[in-house]
Amino acid sequence: MRVPAILGALLLVAAAAAPLAADEREDAKNQVEFGIKVAQLGLWREALSHWERAAKLDPTYAPAYNNLAIGYEQQGEFEKARVAYEKALQLNPNNAYIKQNYELFKEINDRTNKPDGA
Amino acid sequence: MTAQTSRTALSLAAVVFVTACTSFYEIPIETPIKAKLDVGAFQRVLVAGFLAGGADDVDGNLETTRLLRSQLRTKSQLRVIDTDVLPLMDVAAEDSKTDGSTALPNPIKSDKDLEVYEHVFADVDYWKKIGEEYQQPLIVTGTVMFTSRQAQQMQQREQEVFDSLGRRRTVAERRLVERKGFGLQGRFIFIDGRTGTTLHSQRFTESILYDANRQTPALSSYFELMDKLIPTFLATLSSQKVKGTRILLN
Repeated sequence: MRVPAILGALLLVAAAAAPLAADEREDAKNQVEFGIKVAQLGLWREALSHWERAAKLDPTYAPAYNNLAIGYEQQGEFEKARVAYEKALQLNPNNAYIKQNYELFKEINDRTNKPDGA
Repeated sequence: MTAQTSRTALSLAAVVFVTACTSFYEIPIETPIKAKLDVGAFQRVLVAGFLAGGADDVDGNLETTRLLRSQLRTKSQLRVIDTDVLPLMDVAAEDSKTDGSTALPNPIKSDKDLEVYEHVFADVDYWKKIGEEYQQPLIVTGTVMFTSRQAQQMQQREQEVFDSLGRRRTVAERRLVERKGFGLQGRFIFIDGRTGTTLHSQRFTESILYDANRQTPALSSYFELMDKLIPTFLATLSSQKVKGTRILLN
């Protein structure tokens, strides 16, 4: 008798959480979309704040991290960009766009960190 | 439909679904790269000259000095000093004579020959004197070794073949081909004209190979190789912006 009751409770929790998660994804998408609009106008700092908010709202939303990484790259914050690209790839390892962005970023980052013989 | 086909169809559908749900926007970006060397203390730069060796067809000292001066003139904030190129080989040879060391190899044909000249870069008094002469600029010097290269490389090409029924197909054919070209290696050295000490040193190695039957003038190859090195050289002295594009996703 107890097992079905627990199962039922779990199902109820899951059912209640699903729309909540969907709302968060929707909010995150809106933030990402607005960030794209302002980035296209050259307002990168503002774009970054929207993508940061999106990543907080839905930490499983790969586009938020991909865009964050691009924003950090544009600001010259290479370490933050690397972390964000890696998070985006961890969430969506097969996305060709993220992979391409990361490869281009690595090319510049490697050049910057290339050791010089003293 | 077999289980495997259904699985493939499902995966394809999933990929199409995910792609359809993701919007992408190509956006131009400019990535800022900070200068490796803080040159704020200098207003002028003197590309003094280079210890050069290798192929006879190119005067590595003269060409490198000219090229770096013209690049710095257009792409850096520093005022470029126009003066004769320093004969560094003679300076190093003179130093060796006064030390009582053995005669230095001339011309320089290998890295080993070059090594015995390199003590000139550590001659703080000499560089300080040059610095005083030109109002304490940042001094750029170094070594340049431009040599001819030869190598065999695997080349793959598609060969068209027809079977007995006249059907056309292509077969990949691999073969070893002879390649000829040039290599450029050395060091850019940045010296503080106020103290004569080395501030920064940067090694480089580049090479290029062409088809053996192609006749490429040595000087063209030299400039082709220097073109690859210039961005790194300039990035040492001044902040750069690398233009590119990225894909934003939603």
